[in-house]
Amino acid sequence: MVFTVSLFMVIQYFVPLDSWAWMYQYLIDWTIIIGVFALLLGIWSLLRVNWGKISRRSENWGYAVITLVGLFVMLIFGFFPGGGNLNNYVYEHFFFYILVPIQATMFSLLAFFIASAAFRAFRARSVLATLLLIAGLVIMIRFVPMGPLSEPISDLASWILKVPNLAAKRAIIIGIGLGAVATALKIMLGIERAYLGRD
Amino acid sequence: MNIFDRMVALDRRWVFLFLFVVVALAYFFRSQFSVGVVTTGEVESIYNFIENAQPGEKILVSFDYDPSSLAELHPMSRAIMLHCFRKGVKVVTVTLSQYGAGMVEEITREVSAEASELYGREIVYGEDYCFIGYRPYPAFVILGMGENFRVFFPRDYYDTPLDEIPIMHRVRNYDDLKGVIAITSGTTSDMWIIYGNARYNMPLSLGVTGVMATDYYPYLGNALFGLIGGWKGAAEYEKLVKQEADANEGMPAQVVAHLTIVLFIVIGNLGYLMTERKKKITV
Repeated sequence: MVFTVSLFMVIQYFVPLDSWAWMYQYLIDWTIIIGVFALLLGIWSLLRVNWGKISRRSENWGYAVITLVGLFVMLIFGFFPGGGNLNNYVYEHFFFYILVPIQATMFSLLAFFIASAAFRAFRARSVLATLLLIAGLVIMIRFVPMGPLSEPISDLASWILKVPNLAAKRAIIIGIGLGAVATALKIMLGIERAYLGRD
Repeated sequence: MNIFDRMVALDRRWVFLFLFVVVALAYFFRSQFSVGVVTTGEVESIYNFIENAQPGEKILVSFDYDPSSLAELHPMSRAIMLHCFRKGVKVVTVTLSQYGAGMVEEITREVSAEASELYGREIVYGEDYCFIGYRPYPAFVILGMGENFRVFFPRDYYDTPLDEIPIMHRVRNYDDLKGVIAITSGTTSDMWIIYGNARYNMPLSLGVTGVMATDYYPYLGNALFGLIGGWKGAAEYEKLVKQEADANEGMPAQVVAHLTIVLFIVIGNLGYLMTERKKKITV
Protein backbone atom coordinates (compact mmCIF):
# COMPACT_ATOMS: atom_id res chain seq x y z
CA MET A 1 0.00 0.00 0.00
CA VAL A 2 2.84 2.38 0.91
CA PHE A 3 4.52 1.55 -2.38
CA THR A 4 1.35 2.08 -4.44
CA VAL A 5 0.35 5.37 -2.81
CA SER A 6 3.86 6.81 -2.83
CA LEU A 7 4.37 5.79 -6.46
CA PHE A 8 1.11 7.51 -7.35
CA MET A 9 2.18 10.67 -5.51
CA VAL A 10 5.45 10.71 -7.43
CA ILE A 11 3.87 10.13 -10.84
CA GLN A 12 0.93 12.54 -10.37
CA TYR A 13 3.44 15.37 -10.00
CA PHE A 14 4.28 14.98 -13.68
CA VAL A 15 0.76 14.23 -15.00
CA PRO A 16 -1.46 17.29 -15.39
CA LEU A 17 -4.80 15.42 -15.69
CA ASP A 18 -8.00 16.41 -13.82
CA SER A 19 -8.70 12.85 -12.69
CA TRP A 20 -5.22 12.61 -11.19
CA ALA A 21 -5.65 16.00 -9.54
CA TRP A 22 -8.91 14.71 -8.02
CA MET A 23 -7.16 11.63 -6.68
CA TYR A 24 -4.34 13.77 -5.32
CA GLN A 25 -6.88 15.98 -3.54
CA TYR A 26 -8.62 12.89 -2.18
CA LEU A 27 -5.36 11.62 -0.68
CA ILE A 28 -4.62 15.01 0.86
CA ASP A 29 -8.09 14.93 2.48
CA TRP A 30 -7.18 11.56 3.95
CA THR A 31 -4.03 13.01 5.43
CA ILE A 32 -6.05 15.74 7.14
CA ILE A 33 -8.48 13.16 8.56
CA ILE A 34 -5.60 11.08 9.89
CA GLY A 35 -4.07 14.26 11.29
CA VAL A 36 -7.25 14.99 13.27
CA PHE A 37 -7.05 11.56 14.86
CA ALA A 38 -3.39 12.18 15.61
CA LEU A 39 -4.47 15.35 17.44
CA LEU A 40 -6.92 13.35 19.58
CA LEU A 41 -4.20 10.83 20.26
CA GLY A 42 -1.86 13.66 21.27
CA ILE A 43 -4.43 15.06 23.73
CA TRP A 44 -5.00 11.58 25.17
CA SER A 45 -1.26 11.07 25.54
CA LEU A 46 -0.84 14.47 27.23
CA LEU A 47 -3.65 13.64 29.67
CA ARG A 48 -2.28 10.19 30.46
CA VAL A 49 1.32 11.29 31.00
CA ASN A 50 0.43 14.27 33.17
CA TRP A 51 -2.27 12.47 35.14
CA GLY A 52 0.26 9.72 35.83
CA LYS A 53 2.74 12.29 37.20
CA ILE A 54 0.07 13.83 39.44
CA SER A 55 -1.22 10.51 40.80
CA ARG A 56 2.33 9.28 41.55
CA ARG A 57 3.30 12.69 42.99
CA SER A 58 6.48 12.37 40.94
CA GLU A 59 9.08 15.14 40.81
CA ASN A 60 7.72 18.52 39.61
CA TRP A 61 4.16 17.18 39.50
CA GLY A 62 2.91 20.72 40.05
CA TYR A 63 3.83 21.56 36.44
CA ALA A 64 1.62 18.70 35.27
CA VAL A 65 -1.30 20.28 37.15
CA ILE A 66 -0.63 23.63 35.44
CA THR A 67 -0.44 21.90 32.02
CA LEU A 68 -3.79 20.18 32.51
CA VAL A 69 -5.47 23.27 33.95
CA GLY A 70 -4.18 25.29 30.96
CA LEU A 71 -5.42 22.66 28.52
CA PHE A 72 -8.92 22.51 29.97
CA VAL A 73 -9.34 26.23 30.57
CA MET A 74 -8.38 27.06 26.96
CA LEU A 75 -10.56 24.22 25.67
CA ILE A 76 -13.59 25.33 27.67
CA PHE A 77 -13.32 28.99 26.72
CA GLY A 78 -12.43 28.04 23.16
CA PHE A 79 -15.80 26.36 22.82
CA PHE A 80 -17.74 29.39 24.10
CA PRO A 81 -19.61 31.42 21.46
CA GLY A 82 -17.11 33.40 19.47
CA GLY A 83 -14.26 31.52 21.11
CA GLY A 84 -12.88 30.32 17.82
CA ASN A 85 -12.06 33.79 16.56
CA LEU A 86 -10.95 35.49 19.77
CA ASN A 87 -14.21 37.36 20.20
CA ASN A 88 -14.46 35.59 23.51
CA TYR A 89 -13.22 38.07 26.12
CA VAL A 90 -11.57 35.53 28.44
CA TYR A 91 -9.99 33.54 25.60
CA GLU A 92 -8.61 36.73 24.05
CA HIS A 93 -7.18 37.92 27.38
CA PHE A 94 -5.57 34.57 28.11
CA PHE A 95 -3.97 34.71 24.68
CA PHE A 96 -2.68 38.29 24.75
CA TYR A 97 -1.83 38.60 28.44
CA ILE A 98 -0.53 35.12 29.26
CA LEU A 99 0.58 33.29 26.14
CA VAL A 100 2.10 36.23 24.25
CA PRO A 101 4.27 37.50 27.18
CA ILE A 102 5.37 33.96 28.07
CA GLN A 103 6.52 33.19 24.53
CA ALA A 104 8.08 36.63 24.05
CA THR A 105 10.02 36.20 27.31
CA MET A 106 11.32 32.80 26.26
CA PHE A 107 12.53 34.15 22.93
CA SER A 108 14.09 37.24 24.53
CA LEU A 109 16.28 35.04 26.71
CA LEU A 110 17.89 33.80 23.51
CA ALA A 111 19.85 37.07 23.17
CA PHE A 112 21.58 36.43 26.49
CA PHE A 113 22.44 32.86 25.62
CA ILE A 114 23.75 33.88 22.19
CA ALA A 115 25.97 36.53 23.82
CA SER A 116 27.32 34.03 26.33
CA ALA A 117 27.80 31.28 23.72
CA ALA A 118 29.55 33.67 21.31
CA PHE A 119 31.92 34.78 24.08
CA ARG A 120 32.88 31.21 24.95
CA ALA A 121 32.81 29.54 21.51
CA PHE A 122 34.09 32.17 19.06
CA ARG A 123 37.80 31.65 19.63
CA ALA A 124 40.51 31.94 16.98
CA ARG A 125 41.84 28.43 17.68
CA SER A 126 42.66 27.61 14.03
CA VAL A 127 42.61 29.20 10.57
CA LEU A 128 39.08 27.98 9.88
CA ALA A 129 37.85 29.15 13.29
CA THR A 130 39.44 32.55 12.62
CA LEU A 131 37.68 32.80 9.26
CA LEU A 132 34.40 31.94 10.94
CA LEU A 133 35.09 34.53 13.61
CA ILE A 134 35.84 37.27 11.08
CA ALA A 135 32.75 36.41 8.98
CA GLY A 136 30.58 36.45 12.11
CA LEU A 137 31.96 39.82 13.20
CA VAL A 138 31.38 41.37 9.77
CA ILE A 139 27.78 40.10 9.69
CA MET A 140 27.18 41.53 13.16
CA ILE A 141 28.78 44.92 12.69
CA ARG A 142 26.92 45.57 9.44
CA PHE A 143 24.13 46.93 11.64
CA VAL A 144 26.41 49.38 13.37
CA PRO A 145 26.45 52.94 11.99
CA MET A 146 30.08 53.58 11.10
CA GLY A 147 29.82 56.65 8.91
CA PRO A 148 31.52 56.22 5.52
CA LEU A 149 32.46 52.61 6.42
CA SER A 150 28.81 51.54 6.73
CA GLU A 151 28.25 50.94 3.04
CA PRO A 152 31.44 48.93 2.33
CA ILE A 153 30.81 46.79 5.43
CA SER A 154 27.21 46.25 4.37
CA ASP A 155 28.43 45.25 0.88
CA LEU A 156 31.01 42.88 2.37
CA ALA A 157 28.35 41.33 4.61
CA SER A 158 26.04 40.91 1.60
CA TRP A 159 28.89 39.28 -0.33
CA ILE A 160 29.55 36.84 2.54
CA LEU A 161 25.86 35.95 2.65
CA LYS A 162 25.38 35.70 -1.09
CA VAL A 163 28.60 33.96 -2.15
CA PRO A 164 30.37 31.72 0.43
CA ASN A 165 27.25 31.24 2.55
CA LEU A 166 25.14 30.51 -0.53
CA ALA A 167 27.64 28.01 -1.92
CA ALA A 168 27.90 26.11 1.37
CA LYS A 169 24.14 26.17 1.95
CA ARG A 170 23.42 24.91 -1.55
CA ALA A 171 25.84 22.04 -1.05
CA ILE A 172 24.12 21.16 2.22
CA ILE A 173 20.64 21.45 0.65
CA ILE A 174 21.62 19.21 -2.27
CA GLY A 175 23.07 16.68 0.20
CA ILE A 176 19.89 16.76 2.29
CA GLY A 177 17.78 16.44 -0.87
CA LEU A 178 19.66 13.36 -2.02
CA GLY A 179 19.38 11.90 1.48
CA ALA A 180 15.64 12.56 1.52
CA VAL A 181 15.22 10.84 -1.86
CA ALA A 182 17.22 7.85 -0.64
CA THR A 183 15.12 7.62 2.54
CA ALA A 184 11.88 7.98 0.57
CA LEU A 185 12.98 5.18 -1.78
CA LYS A 186 13.84 2.96 1.19
CA ILE A 187 10.37 3.56 2.65
CA MET A 188 8.68 2.95 -0.73
CA LEU A 189 10.56 -0.30 -1.26
CA GLY A 190 9.91 -1.52 2.29
CA ILE A 191 13.57 -1.46 3.32
CA GLU A 192 12.95 1.18 5.98
CA ARG A 193 10.06 0.20 8.28
CA ALA A 194 10.72 2.22 11.41
CA TYR A 195 7.43 4.10 10.86
CA LEU A 196 5.61 0.82 11.64
CA GLY A 197 7.20 0.83 15.09
CA ARG A 198 9.90 -1.74 14.38
CA ASP A 199 13.43 -1.77 12.97
CA MET B 1 45.29 34.35 38.00
CA ASN B 2 46.31 37.32 35.82
CA ILE B 3 43.99 39.60 33.87
CA PHE B 4 44.06 37.45 30.70
CA ASP B 5 43.11 34.32 32.61
CA ARG B 6 40.23 36.29 34.11
CA MET B 7 39.15 37.42 30.62
CA VAL B 8 38.99 33.82 29.40
CA ALA B 9 37.19 32.56 32.49
CA LEU B 10 34.74 35.48 32.78
CA ASP B 11 31.55 34.35 34.49
CA ARG B 12 28.65 34.29 32.06
CA ARG B 13 26.49 36.23 34.54
CA TRP B 14 28.63 39.32 33.87
CA VAL B 15 27.86 38.93 30.17
CA PHE B 16 24.13 38.68 30.93
CA LEU B 17 24.21 41.70 33.24
CA PHE B 18 26.23 43.88 30.88
CA LEU B 19 24.00 42.99 27.93
CA PHE B 20 20.86 43.73 29.93
CA VAL B 21 22.14 47.13 31.07
CA VAL B 22 23.30 48.34 27.64
CA VAL B 23 20.15 47.13 25.85
CA ALA B 24 17.94 48.76 28.49
CA LEU B 25 19.87 52.03 28.23
CA ALA B 26 19.75 51.94 24.41
CA TYR B 27 16.01 51.34 24.53
CA PHE B 28 15.30 54.15 26.97
CA PHE B 29 17.54 56.61 25.12
CA ARG B 30 16.61 55.42 21.62
CA SER B 31 15.46 58.84 20.57
CA GLN B 32 18.96 60.22 21.24
CA PHE B 33 20.62 58.45 18.35
CA SER B 34 19.48 57.06 15.04
CA VAL B 35 20.92 54.17 13.07
CA GLY B 36 21.60 54.84 9.41
CA VAL B 37 19.90 51.86 7.81
CA VAL B 38 21.35 50.87 4.43
CA THR B 39 18.75 49.18 2.22
CA THR B 40 19.65 45.91 0.50
CA GLY B 41 18.62 44.43 -2.85
CA GLU B 42 16.63 41.57 -1.37
CA VAL B 43 14.38 43.95 0.58
CA GLU B 44 14.12 46.41 -2.31
CA SER B 45 12.87 43.55 -4.53
CA ILE B 46 9.80 43.10 -2.33
CA TYR B 47 9.28 46.84 -2.15
CA ASN B 48 9.47 47.09 -5.96
CA PHE B 49 7.16 44.11 -6.37
CA ILE B 50 4.40 45.90 -4.44
CA GLU B 51 5.32 49.32 -5.80
CA ASN B 52 4.92 48.06 -9.38
CA ALA B 53 1.62 46.28 -8.69
CA GLN B 54 -1.51 47.78 -10.18
CA PRO B 55 -4.25 48.98 -7.80
CA GLY B 56 -6.72 46.14 -7.37
CA GLU B 57 -4.16 43.37 -7.79
CA LYS B 58 -4.14 40.85 -4.97
CA ILE B 59 -1.37 39.32 -2.91
CA LEU B 60 -1.44 36.66 -0.23
CA VAL B 61 0.36 37.47 3.02
CA SER B 62 0.84 34.49 5.27
CA PHE B 63 1.63 35.24 8.91
CA ASP B 64 3.26 32.02 10.05
CA TYR B 65 4.78 33.01 13.35
CA ASP B 66 4.19 32.65 17.04
CA PRO B 67 4.07 35.29 19.78
CA SER B 68 7.72 34.40 20.50
CA SER B 69 8.83 36.16 17.32
CA LEU B 70 6.11 38.78 17.31
CA ALA B 71 8.50 41.58 18.29
CA GLU B 72 10.82 40.75 15.40
CA LEU B 73 8.27 40.03 12.68
CA HIS B 74 5.33 42.32 13.44
CA PRO B 75 7.18 45.46 12.23
CA MET B 76 7.75 43.99 8.75
CA SER B 77 4.16 42.74 8.60
CA ARG B 78 2.95 46.22 9.42
CA ALA B 79 5.23 47.91 6.87
CA ILE B 80 4.23 45.52 4.07
CA MET B 81 0.54 45.89 4.76
CA LEU B 82 0.79 49.68 4.92
CA HIS B 83 2.59 49.65 1.58
CA CYS B 84 -0.13 47.47 0.03
CA PHE B 85 -2.90 49.72 1.34
CA ARG B 86 -1.10 52.82 0.08
CA LYS B 87 -0.81 51.31 -3.40
CA GLY B 88 -4.39 49.97 -3.40
CA VAL B 89 -3.12 46.38 -3.54
CA LYS B 90 -5.65 43.97 -1.99
CA VAL B 91 -4.31 41.74 0.76
CA VAL B 92 -5.55 38.24 1.45
CA THR B 93 -4.17 37.13 4.82
CA VAL B 94 -3.85 33.66 6.26
CA THR B 95 -1.93 32.02 9.09
CA LEU B 96 -0.38 28.57 9.22
CA SER B 97 0.74 28.99 12.82
CA GLN B 98 -1.49 27.67 15.56
CA TYR B 99 -0.95 30.84 17.60
CA GLY B 100 -1.13 33.12 14.59
CA ALA B 101 -4.85 33.81 14.37
CA GLY B 102 -5.00 36.21 17.31
CA MET B 103 -1.98 38.13 16.10
CA VAL B 104 -3.23 38.40 12.52
CA GLU B 105 -6.57 39.67 13.73
CA GLU B 106 -4.80 42.24 15.87
CA ILE B 107 -2.36 43.46 13.22
CA THR B 108 -4.89 43.61 10.39
CA ARG B 109 -7.25 45.58 12.60
CA GLU B 110 -4.54 48.00 13.73
CA VAL B 111 -2.86 48.50 10.35
CA SER B 112 -6.14 48.97 8.48
CA ALA B 113 -7.13 51.67 11.00
CA GLU B 114 -3.68 53.29 10.71
CA ALA B 115 -3.77 53.17 6.90
CA SER B 116 -7.28 54.66 6.84
CA GLU B 117 -5.95 57.61 8.83
CA LEU B 118 -2.70 57.94 6.88
CA TYR B 119 -4.09 57.69 3.36
CA GLY B 120 -7.42 59.40 3.94
CA ARG B 121 -9.65 56.58 2.74
CA GLU B 122 -11.47 53.89 4.62
CA ILE B 123 -9.71 50.51 4.44
CA VAL B 124 -12.57 48.07 4.42
CA TYR B 125 -12.54 44.42 5.47
CA GLY B 126 -13.61 42.22 2.58
CA GLU B 127 -12.75 44.82 -0.05
CA ASP B 128 -9.19 45.89 0.77
CA TYR B 129 -8.18 42.90 2.84
CA CYS B 130 -9.52 39.75 4.37
CA PHE B 131 -8.38 37.09 6.82
CA ILE B 132 -9.25 33.58 5.75
CA GLY B 133 -8.09 32.01 9.02
CA TYR B 134 -5.92 29.19 10.27
CA ARG B 135 -5.71 25.53 9.34
CA PRO B 136 -3.24 22.98 10.72
CA TYR B 137 -0.69 20.99 8.68
CA PRO B 138 1.00 23.81 6.72
CA ALA B 139 2.33 21.64 3.88
CA PHE B 140 -1.14 20.37 3.02
CA VAL B 141 -2.73 23.78 3.37
CA ILE B 142 -0.12 25.26 1.00
CA LEU B 143 -0.79 22.45 -1.49
CA GLY B 144 -4.54 22.79 -1.03
CA MET B 145 -4.51 26.54 -1.65
CA GLY B 146 -2.63 25.83 -4.86
CA GLU B 147 -5.69 23.90 -6.08
CA ASN B 148 -8.47 25.97 -4.58
CA PHE B 149 -8.60 28.21 -1.51
CA ARG B 150 -12.08 26.91 -0.75
CA VAL B 151 -10.82 23.37 -0.08
CA PHE B 152 -9.32 24.39 3.25
CA PHE B 153 -11.06 27.71 3.72
CA PRO B 154 -14.69 27.50 2.64
CA ARG B 155 -15.31 30.38 5.08
CA ASP B 156 -13.11 33.17 6.37
CA TYR B 157 -12.04 33.62 9.99
CA TYR B 158 -15.31 35.41 10.79
CA ASP B 159 -17.40 32.60 9.30
CA THR B 160 -18.34 34.42 6.09
CA PRO B 161 -18.39 32.16 3.01
CA LEU B 162 -15.40 33.00 0.83
CA ASP B 163 -17.65 33.53 -2.20
CA GLU B 164 -19.43 36.35 -0.35
CA ILE B 165 -16.20 38.28 0.24
CA PRO B 166 -15.62 40.74 -2.64
CA ILE B 167 -11.82 40.45 -2.52
CA MET B 168 -12.08 36.66 -3.00
CA HIS B 169 -14.25 36.89 -6.12
CA ARG B 170 -12.50 35.20 -9.02
CA VAL B 171 -9.70 34.04 -6.70
CA ARG B 172 -9.43 30.29 -7.00
CA ASN B 173 -5.77 29.59 -6.33
CA TYR B 174 -2.30 31.15 -6.53
CA ASP B 175 -2.73 31.76 -10.27
CA ASP B 176 -5.23 34.51 -9.43
CA LEU B 177 -2.81 36.35 -7.16
CA LYS B 178 0.14 38.55 -7.99
CA GLY B 179 2.28 36.69 -5.47
CA VAL B 180 2.79 35.44 -1.96
CA ILE B 181 4.71 36.98 0.92
CA ALA B 182 5.19 34.52 3.77
CA ILE B 183 6.32 35.99 7.07
CA THR B 184 7.52 33.03 9.05
CA SER B 185 9.56 32.04 12.06
CA GLY B 186 9.89 28.32 11.50
CA THR B 187 9.98 25.52 8.99
CA THR B 188 6.86 26.81 7.24
CA SER B 189 9.17 28.90 5.07
CA ASP B 190 10.69 25.68 3.68
CA MET B 191 7.21 24.38 2.98
CA TRP B 192 6.33 27.54 1.08
CA ILE B 193 9.40 26.99 -1.08
CA ILE B 194 8.96 23.24 -1.58
CA TYR B 195 5.18 22.91 -1.84
CA GLY B 196 4.25 26.43 -2.88
CA ASN B 197 6.85 27.80 -5.25
CA ALA B 198 8.31 24.53 -6.58
CA ARG B 199 4.92 23.02 -7.37
CA TYR B 200 2.78 26.02 -8.31
CA ASN B 201 5.54 28.38 -9.41
CA MET B 202 3.95 31.47 -7.90
CA PRO B 203 6.17 34.47 -7.10
CA LEU B 204 7.24 34.01 -3.49
CA SER B 205 9.16 36.06 -1.00
CA LEU B 206 9.88 35.55 2.66
CA GLY B 207 10.08 37.62 5.80
CA VAL B 208 12.03 35.70 8.43
CA THR B 209 13.75 36.20 11.77
CA GLY B 210 17.34 37.43 11.77
CA VAL B 211 18.84 34.06 12.70
CA MET B 212 16.92 32.33 9.89
CA ALA B 213 17.85 34.76 7.14
CA THR B 214 21.15 33.18 6.14
CA ASP B 215 19.36 29.88 5.45
CA TYR B 216 17.30 31.43 2.67
CA TYR B 217 19.91 33.32 0.65
CA PRO B 218 20.46 30.24 -1.57
CA TYR B 219 16.89 30.55 -2.82
CA LEU B 220 17.11 34.23 -3.73
CA GLY B 221 16.74 34.90 -7.40
CA ASN B 222 15.14 31.57 -8.22
CA ALA B 223 12.58 30.34 -5.66
CA LEU B 224 12.42 33.69 -3.87
CA PHE B 225 12.21 37.12 -5.41
CA GLY B 226 12.91 38.86 -2.10
CA LEU B 227 13.87 38.34 1.51
CA ILE B 228 13.39 40.43 4.64
CA GLY B 229 15.58 39.32 7.51
CA GLY B 230 14.71 40.28 11.06
CA TRP B 231 14.57 43.77 12.51
CA LYS B 232 17.23 45.04 10.15
CA GLY B 233 15.15 43.98 7.13
CA ALA B 234 12.02 45.43 8.68
CA ALA B 235 13.85 48.71 9.35
CA GLU B 236 14.90 48.79 5.69
CA TYR B 237 11.32 48.25 4.56
CA GLU B 238 10.03 50.93 6.94
CA LYS B 239 12.62 53.28 5.47
CA LEU B 240 11.59 52.44 1.91
CA VAL B 241 7.89 53.06 2.61
CA LYS B 242 8.78 56.14 4.68
CA GLN B 243 6.92 54.83 7.70
CA GLU B 244 9.69 54.46 10.23
CA ALA B 245 8.35 52.92 13.42
CA ASP B 246 9.08 49.95 15.70
CA ALA B 247 11.92 48.40 13.68
CA ASN B 248 13.83 51.65 13.30
CA GLU B 249 13.16 52.54 16.93
CA GLY B 250 14.50 49.14 17.96
CA MET B 251 17.65 49.35 15.88
CA PRO B 252 19.71 51.22 18.54
CA ALA B 253 19.02 48.40 21.02
CA GLN B 254 19.98 45.82 18.40
CA VAL B 255 23.12 47.73 17.46
CA VAL B 256 24.38 47.97 21.06
CA ALA B 257 23.49 44.30 21.65
CA HIS B 258 25.62 43.34 18.64
CA LEU B 259 28.43 45.65 19.72
CA THR B 260 28.33 44.07 23.17
CA ILE B 261 28.62 40.61 21.67
CA VAL B 262 31.51 41.80 19.48
CA LEU B 263 33.18 43.33 22.54
CA PHE B 264 32.93 40.09 24.50
CA ILE B 265 34.22 38.09 21.53
CA VAL B 266 37.22 40.42 21.35
CA ILE B 267 37.80 40.15 25.12
CA GLY B 268 37.54 36.35 24.94
CA ASN B 269 39.96 36.12 22.03
CA LEU B 270 42.44 38.56 23.51
CA GLY B 271 42.49 36.57 26.73
CA TYR B 272 42.75 33.30 24.81
CA LEU B 273 45.64 34.46 22.59
CA MET B 274 47.59 35.93 25.49
CA THR B 275 47.20 32.84 27.68
CA GLU B 276 48.20 30.60 24.75
CA ARG B 277 51.27 32.79 24.15
CA LYS B 278 52.15 32.58 27.82
CA LYS B 279 51.84 28.77 27.70
CA LYS B 280 54.19 28.60 24.68
CA ILE B 281 56.75 30.83 26.38
CA THR B 282 56.59 28.70 29.53
CA VAL B 283 57.06 25.46 27.52
